Amino acid sequence: MKKRYVTAAVALILALAMALTGCGGASGGSSGSQAAAKTLIFGRGADATSLDPAVVTDGESFRVTQNIFDTLVSYDYANQSTNVKPSLATSWTITNGGKTYTFKLKKGVKFQDGTAFNAKAVVYNFERWMNGKASGKFAYFPSMFGGYAGDKGLVIQSVTAPDTNTVVFTLKRPSAPFLKNLAMSPFAISSPAAIKKYGKNYGTTAAVGTGAYVFKNWKRNDTITLQANKNYWKKGLPKIGKLIFKVIPDNSSRLNAMKNGEIDLMDGVNPSDVAGLKGNSQLKVYSRPPMNIAYMGFNVTMKPFNNVKVRQALNMAVDKSGIVKAFYNGQAQPAVNPMPPSLLGYDKSIKPYAYNLKQAKKLLAQAGYPKGFSTTLYTMSNPRDYMPEPMNVAQSVQSTFGKIGVKVKIVSVEWSSYIDKLTKGGAPMYMMGWIGDNGDPDNFLYTLLDKDAIGSNNFSFYSNNKLHNILIAAQSQTNDAKRVALYNQAQVILHQDAPWVPLVYANPVLVGKSTIGNYKPSPTGTEPFDAVTIK
Amino acid sequence: MLSYSIKRLLMLIPVLIGMTLIVFGIIHAIPGNPAQTILGTKATPEAIHNLNQALGLDQPWYIQYFTYLKNIFSGNLGTSIQDNMPIAREIWPHLAATIELSFVAMVIAVVVGINAGIISAWKQNSALDYSAMILALIGVSMPIFWLGLLEQWLFSVKLNWLPSIGRLDIVSTVRPITNLYLIDTLIEGQFSQFWMVVRHLILPAIALATIPTAIIARMTRSSMLEVLKSDYIRTTKAKGERMGLIVYKYALKNAFIPILTVIGLQTGLMLGGAILTETIFGWPGIGLYVYNAIQYRDYPVIQSGILVIAFLFVMVNFVTDLLYGLIDPRIKYR
Repeated sequence: MKKRYVTAAVALILALAMALTGCGGASGGSSGSQAAAKTLIFGRGADATSLDPAVVTDGESFRVTQNIFDTLVSYDYANQSTNVKPSLATSWTITNGGKTYTFKLKKGVKFQDGTAFNAKAVVYNFERWMNGKASGKFAYFPSMFGGYAGDKGLVIQSVTAPDTNTVVFTLKRPSAPFLKNLAMSPFAISSPAAIKKYGKNYGTTAAVGTGAYVFKNWKRNDTITLQANKNYWKKGLPKIGKLIFKVIPDNSSRLNAMKNGEIDLMDGVNPSDVAGLKGNSQLKVYSRPPMNIAYMGFNVTMKPFNNVKVRQALNMAVDKSGIVKAFYNGQAQPAVNPMPPSLLGYDKSIKPYAYNLKQAKKLLAQAGYPKGFSTTLYTMSNPRDYMPEPMNVAQSVQSTFGKIGVKVKIVSVEWSSYIDKLTKGGAPMYMMGWIGDNGDPDNFLYTLLDKDAIGSNNFSFYSNNKLHNILIAAQSQTNDAKRVALYNQAQVILHQDAPWVPLVYANPVLVGKSTIGNYKPSPTGTEPFDAVTIK
Repeated sequence: MLSYSIKRLLMLIPVLIGMTLIVFGIIHAIPGNPAQTILGTKATPEAIHNLNQALGLDQPWYIQYFTYLKNIFSGNLGTSIQDNMPIAREIWPHLAATIELSFVAMVIAVVVGINAGIISAWKQNSALDYSAMILALIGVSMPIFWLGLLEQWLFSVKLNWLPSIGRLDIVSTVRPITNLYLIDTLIEGQFSQFWMVVRHLILPAIALATIPTAIIARMTRSSMLEVLKSDYIRTTKAKGERMGLIVYKYALKNAFIPILTVIGLQTGLMLGGAILTETIFGWPGIGLYVYNAIQYRDYPVIQSGILVIAFLFVMVNFVTDLLYGLIDPRIKYR
């Protein structure tokens, strides 16, 4: 009797083992078959929210829409730069003291639904966004162009189509970031016919642009599938037949899937996993050029952070290179100014506050806190691109601050509640970061630290009229040399006033199969896949 | 039994209404503004205000709640804030993914758990008993997160036996009929696809089954030990009946009520609690659906998602109660 059970158990185990090994050879991964060779699967942490680029602000949506749509002008993705080059507009002239932009459009371009791309379509799209105030949609538009139709801040006076292939923008005042804004993913041109046809389902069941790939299918929280656009206006592109975006929320299991060959490319690699990938000849590690900043901010309206000496002292008490080594695995550089070095107007002459605890303690004593003080540091619980391990960074700050007598209590808050907390000004010290939108310095300094940004992204509630005047002047200055001079002045003020401790400029890490060619991660965080190849 | 069933079903209504009230209260109490979360940090305060208005979130909470209740009673689960899609349509594919996974995991848990428990009881205080119970202890305490990653590392990355993520190979598709892929592939007669679905189920199902397996094994052992000591078993033994028959036929049936209770509870828990497994294995189930909704403060999805999970939970318990009567005819339903 005993024997019978033992035999049955052994047989069961053997059968299972055989079944498992048997199929291992048959289809170990998805890369084996011929059809799959033309497919690229991108593994990522979260799903898109909508495929109508105008209504979203999250990178995971843009990662997809960037392949379905084109913008009037585009960033120089081939050189991983945010310089602007022609796209749907082949050329442009700027006249009337920087207030009139005339774009010549590429002829013969068709939307994926077969309707013609022309000046009327461009005007239709801009009017849709400008008149979007009531719907509360199109969040990016007022952020980048100063408001909706009827708002005083809106920089655009009118958009007109004098003929089929010409679009004229008339601005109320010169705007230096204007061209760069037009290259942003949210301002990609949709097919007016499709917008009308699908109504409020546009972006969910359909998304129609002029881009390299056509939207096929969306399984929520799972996959989005795009297929090559055979009539793409860039000759010979795209090189891949099918592009699939697959959601795998956990960074480590995504990497497991990568190593097992189930996906071809992924982002969100834990910095600590990078070292283990170096010896693997089947995989290639990519480092995205930084256009971001991670920082620790002070609420300058709260005691003792209303004292500039305290802020300067704490700037000296953060071991940035230690943080880069320990929590970014070298995939970052210590930050000096509130904007990354790749941007126009970055001031190289500013010397960072050196990590010097003695000096910090001295300054703190001068400020009236010889014994230090107690405070609270808020941090987000979820990893961000610019800060993969927020809790560890916070603890590092806690430990070095402790050495100069500043006792720090850390409170970790889930993202949505966190933003709410910061917007209301409830955090004396907080961890934060910013990923640039358009590669313009205005998008860092004005967006994050101007007094106009209090209530939105100026979580430090820092208000400085001198800085405000400089930043406003720089916005309408179209001469680059003069703009650089203005932004240099701004950075000097911010360095002295120290509303933040700029921590690092991070290089987000990606991993791909070594068979992938011509993949160039863009500093903007997302890039088109039209020129990417698979061996 | 029929009147009992109807009575029980009617009692579900106040339970579920209470449920909606609790969920509604909790999600409105936690900080975080849905419009802010949806639009992101890039949005202007004005845009946030406008979206709040458009979504009706500026209305007093009780008006929002009663609008929601009214919709539920007219069979309308609402519309997702995030993507404007009717929740009733979106929820089923996610729910089906979780049901399929939980079902397979439960089959594993029941088969392995009951057998391990029986053998432990049968061979009480033997090495077999000890090792089974130590394994059960490990199973109960093992973090699913860690176990899942370990499985992937061993069976996918190192041995290359099984896929590590998803319900299907990412490049392939199954025509969704019921959205239960095991059934859909069989209806279509696609046996190679059926096999692919099975292969994708193995690792997540094992991870999800660990804790229930261990709990069922322990419950089976203690319940069996009690029954095996009873007089009628001794009598049967004395009559010379085969031990295997005694254990599996005569003893198990009497020991089964507490085991069934545990199975019922665990099944209910699984349906809502597969979230960790779903995260690790990129499994687009109901847990992930609700989890994402929480991150985006998609109130209608959170409410309806939890309501559906709660409904399943009470239904599973209800069915368990009815099964008692089938196992033990002495149980009367009034």
